[in-house]
Amino acid sequence: MTEPTTQAGAPAPRSGKEQASGAGRNRLSDRKKARLDELAQSTAAPGGVSLFRDAFRRLRRNPAAIVGATIIALFVLVAIFAPLIAPHDPVQRFDALTDQLTPNNIAGPMDGFPLGSDELGRDLLSRLVYGSRQTLFVGVLATIIGLAIGVLLGAIAGAVGGWVDNILMRITDVMLALPALLLAITLVALASKSSQWTVIMAVAIVNVPIFARLLRGSMLAQRESDHVLAARALGVKQRNIVLRHMLPNAMTAVIVQATLTLSVAIIEAASLSFLGLGDPDRDRAEWGAMLGDAGVRYFEVRPELAYYPALAIIVVALGFTLFGEAMREAIDPKNRR
Amino acid sequence: MQARRLKTAVAIAAVAALAVGAAGCAESERDGDSGEAKTGGTFIFAGAGDPKNFDPIFNDDGESFRPVRQMFDTLVSHKPGTADLTGGLAESWEHDPAGKVWTFKLRQGVKFHDGTPFNAAAVCYNFDRWYNMQGAAAQANMIYYMDVFGGFAKNEAEGASESIYDKCEAKDEGTAVLSLKKYKGAFPGAFALTSLSIASPEALKKYDANTVKQNGDSFAYSAFANEHPVGTGPFTFGGWDKTKGEITLNRNPDYFGEKAKVDKMIIKIIKDENTRKQELRAGTVQGIDFPAPADTKALSDEGFQVVARPAFNILYLGINQKNPKLKDLRVRQAIAYALNRQQLAQTKGPAGAKVADEFMPDTVLGYAPDVQKYEYNPDKAKQLLKEAGAEGLTLNFYYPPDVTRPYMPNPQEIFTILANDLQAVGIKVNGVPRPWNGGFKDDVQTFGKQDLHILGWTGDYNDPGNFVGTFFGRGKAEFGDQAMTEMFDAIAKADGTVDDAGKKAAWEQVNRDIAAKWLPAVPVWHAPPAIVVTKDVEGLKASPLTDERFNTVSVKK
Amino acid sequence: MLRVIVRRLLQLVVTLIALSALIFVWLRNLPGGPVDALLGERATPETRALLTKALGYDQPILVQYGKFMQRILTGDLGNSIRTGDPVTEVISRAFPATVELALAAMLIAVGLGVPLGYLAARWRGRLLDHLTVVGTLLGVSIPIFFLGYLLKDVFTQNIHWFPPSGRVGIGLDNTNITGFFVLDSLLTREFDATADALWHLILPAFTLATIPLAVIVRMTRASVLDVLNEDYVRTAEAKGLRNRTVRGRHILRNALLPVVTTIGLQTGALLSGAVLTEKVYNWGGLGTLITDSITGSRDYPILQALILLSALVFVVVNLLVDLSYAFIDPRVRVR
Repeated sequence: MTEPTTQAGAPAPRSGKEQASGAGRNRLSDRKKARLDELAQSTAAPGGVSLFRDAFRRLRRNPAAIVGATIIALFVLVAIFAPLIAPHDPVQRFDALTDQLTPNNIAGPMDGFPLGSDELGRDLLSRLVYGSRQTLFVGVLATIIGLAIGVLLGAIAGAVGGWVDNILMRITDVMLALPALLLAITLVALASKSSQWTVIMAVAIVNVPIFARLLRGSMLAQRESDHVLAARALGVKQRNIVLRHMLPNAMTAVIVQATLTLSVAIIEAASLSFLGLGDPDRDRAEWGAMLGDAGVRYFEVRPELAYYPALAIIVVALGFTLFGEAMREAIDPKNRR
Repeated sequence: MQARRLKTAVAIAAVAALAVGAAGCAESERDGDSGEAKTGGTFIFAGAGDPKNFDPIFNDDGESFRPVRQMFDTLVSHKPGTADLTGGLAESWEHDPAGKVWTFKLRQGVKFHDGTPFNAAAVCYNFDRWYNMQGAAAQANMIYYMDVFGGFAKNEAEGASESIYDKCEAKDEGTAVLSLKKYKGAFPGAFALTSLSIASPEALKKYDANTVKQNGDSFAYSAFANEHPVGTGPFTFGGWDKTKGEITLNRNPDYFGEKAKVDKMIIKIIKDENTRKQELRAGTVQGIDFPAPADTKALSDEGFQVVARPAFNILYLGINQKNPKLKDLRVRQAIAYALNRQQLAQTKGPAGAKVADEFMPDTVLGYAPDVQKYEYNPDKAKQLLKEAGAEGLTLNFYYPPDVTRPYMPNPQEIFTILANDLQAVGIKVNGVPRPWNGGFKDDVQTFGKQDLHILGWTGDYNDPGNFVGTFFGRGKAEFGDQAMTEMFDAIAKADGTVDDAGKKAAWEQVNRDIAAKWLPAVPVWHAPPAIVVTKDVEGLKASPLTDERFNTVSVKK
Repeated sequence: MLRVIVRRLLQLVVTLIALSALIFVWLRNLPGGPVDALLGERATPETRALLTKALGYDQPILVQYGKFMQRILTGDLGNSIRTGDPVTEVISRAFPATVELALAAMLIAVGLGVPLGYLAARWRGRLLDHLTVVGTLLGVSIPIFFLGYLLKDVFTQNIHWFPPSGRVGIGLDNTNITGFFVLDSLLTREFDATADALWHLILPAFTLATIPLAVIVRMTRASVLDVLNEDYVRTAEAKGLRNRTVRGRHILRNALLPVVTTIGLQTGALLSGAVLTEKVYNWGGLGTLITDSITGSRDYPILQALILLSALVFVVVNLLVDLSYAFIDPRVRVR
């Protein structure tokens, strides 16, 4: 069941090499599309259980995947058990810390406060621990919302085809062509007030076209595949074919992309904070905001305010990247033997 | 064109300065003004933002005023380093008992940069120009003029008030007589406003200064405002390179006062405070404005001169009495008692920040030494809330997260700390961040949507009306209650008092009543904004009004 | 063919009109805005009313939009709210700065990335390979504004190798023809200005180059590895062809194709990165312009023009590329 299916009728997903040899095809959106189509194609083969089992087997043998998975697991555990791990309330200001606080001095480690104070006399360690929660929240929500909208658009486009497909894909093309952060900045600017939600939505919307294109490509590739044709011949309803057969298969690629998107989302949220367009609530501990705002501002007074959240972001982003890349490799048809 | 690296230029200038040093000394001795020896060289100062343009009357912000102040003078000016008045282009002035007729004795022999003479006719030309300004676009840019004089010969805006300006007459070459329809406490301090600087009538005419073109939803200013600003100041305009963000000013060798010590001054625009500091350390600029409070200690430890300007500003927590609960004085007092302003000043205030008890700094006439003070007392706050039946109060607290003001270096942190204090006495705070130019001022000042908010003010001249009058002189959406007539009347009466003793007494009483009876807001702190220069810079006089004139500055080589 | 072009141009006009209307109406319905930005703390109801009138904000939105379109059609994009300069002038001042920075970054990314990737592949499993893989992973995981901050702190504050900000030394008297300082100074033979401009360019360009560098290294490494396994390379090696010939004729040429693709792909990432890098180094390009016009002065004419311009550029380029497909490859049917 592993031979590539025919893709007659669907725009043929091109492999990277064929792509590059095409004349004048160097424009940006095309490249992005090509990459996504490649990933989409990887799930075109009706794999079912064996595909997952196969991929999982390869994943388990890949040290990068194990490192990535461990980091993600730790991150999620810390986020879930934050109240148990953190020594203090993350928003409480402590006299021991505020006593030493001046604009040019922030207290370092002391009894009861292993990492010392933050810029407002709160316990830095507790804020970092709780920060994992908010960071996970922002990253996951931004990804899920982007994924949901993207999948919806992509599924509609892929299932219906025709002029609907045409219009939806034109829209996603425009969005793909804009530099991600620029799009996010514009979106935050167009929202009248900045809040955690504007950040989440901005990062989410940036990812919509990626998921939409990915899913559509995958669905199109399957539309003419054997199992779908068989189902159709057996008289299964179109809706059921889409929901039962095409979508589940296409989701594999989407999930891989989502893992990679998570790390980008966390970094993008931090960048927005740095540009002054992030979540303005200073009570909420989120790594990106901690780094992009106070971390940078008090860099000379206490660089730890930047180092710790920066380190946390780098490690977690690394975890998602490693795991995502390993998953992509695992489901890549080239690696299936 | 041959390129000249800055260092080369400076070196040449230094050599040249040395070479002509002796001659220069001899010359200055001949002039009899020793101590004004020119030292030459270039002084590079980092500003924090783009100026709008260089026509004083169309500007109202510090970044535009910085270059304007080097090129223009006002009739009345401030003693360097203070907010006290002294002669400027007018050597002396007097007014009739009603305060409506002001006679200025002008300095003789002063010339504008274009060589035309400064005289009474020029002064009156400027006043008449302002009063007769036409077009909504031009009038809309004259914020300070409207603040002082009210309106124009022909108001473009409906409902605008009538102008208090009557006429200006040149009695003789050296005497200008200004007639007003009504006295205002703002005078004579307002004559020192940078916006009301005197420009060359010839240049104003030649470069079409009155034309402000409205182009769709924006304005285009005249050649005078952009390329040919001509005043009497110690520096002449050299150019504004907008690609690099550099404004060049050249020494005016014919300045009537202390001539500039340096040959050239460059104002480099660096918006990021951290980068300003780093350029200072790199030695590429010799001075920076508005360092972050976090950096001042490190900079002075490294040998830089950190000069704190005497605080001439106020940060306050505004209370909106549209909320019926907040109409109760006890609740407002509870809020005042709940705030640990001392700790706020210590933890987040710039060096030298002082807790404020009144809405004006103590250097202003009418500051009362004995107002009711609200020391930090959470128990008393809780008790007052209980008495007023306002326990479990929930308040919307508006703050601008995206801005830095001299009196408010970091609004987010200030809000977080104040909100924390309020929560501690049982007031539930709902923080509402709104961008400074994206809704904060609109929501707070026009619609009055907030219960509490933080905002402040930097004084323009030494007059209580410029502080207390601005805040509480009339009904404002900011504080909610349009009917605090007792307060409005008291302030109007104080502002209309002409004799100094009476004025002082009236304002002192206003301050006492504000603290004890009205409490429309809680004064938080006076925060001195700093200015930093390298140790090679001499002669800088930091002004509480940020009214620095850099002619006295020299750079040691 | 002609019919296609006409239809696409009509589509373009419709798209732009729709987009401009959307942006225009949206911006005008945001709270605050230019009136607040111009007035500062000193706003009174009177000055507010006067300014609203002067800016034409008191007119019905349709009338405002009509006037706006009228001006746009005459090529007038309006003036900056803050300085009153024509928007076209403001944008054309910022444009060369960003392009210069992006080009320098791309040069670094390609110049370093391709050789590094190639070497890593040739020496697969050796120390350099491992270092490269770890380095590229870190490169895409570190927020670049923070990296810029670190670089700037180390290289301008601790060891004074580079200037902290700006494009040339303050007060430098260089000739400005095109706005590309490096190019201009070369043209006018002001070589010390060239040196100065390059010296200012190094740190920002390296900061901006991190992500494309990491991606290019990985791509090169992967595709060289692919090619190394191809039969013709093995054949060539088996044939005893000289190492250099194999390397030059077979491996690099084939491996570079996907790399070129990647370079194109990274252009968008460069522009995103430029926004952050320019802020860190006070660079004064388009990135600074867009963040300033949003967060600072609410300079809506500039913001509007930037959004419309990028849409225009995108749609036009899209059209040209589609047409060139049809021209080059008749099998492609342009819809």
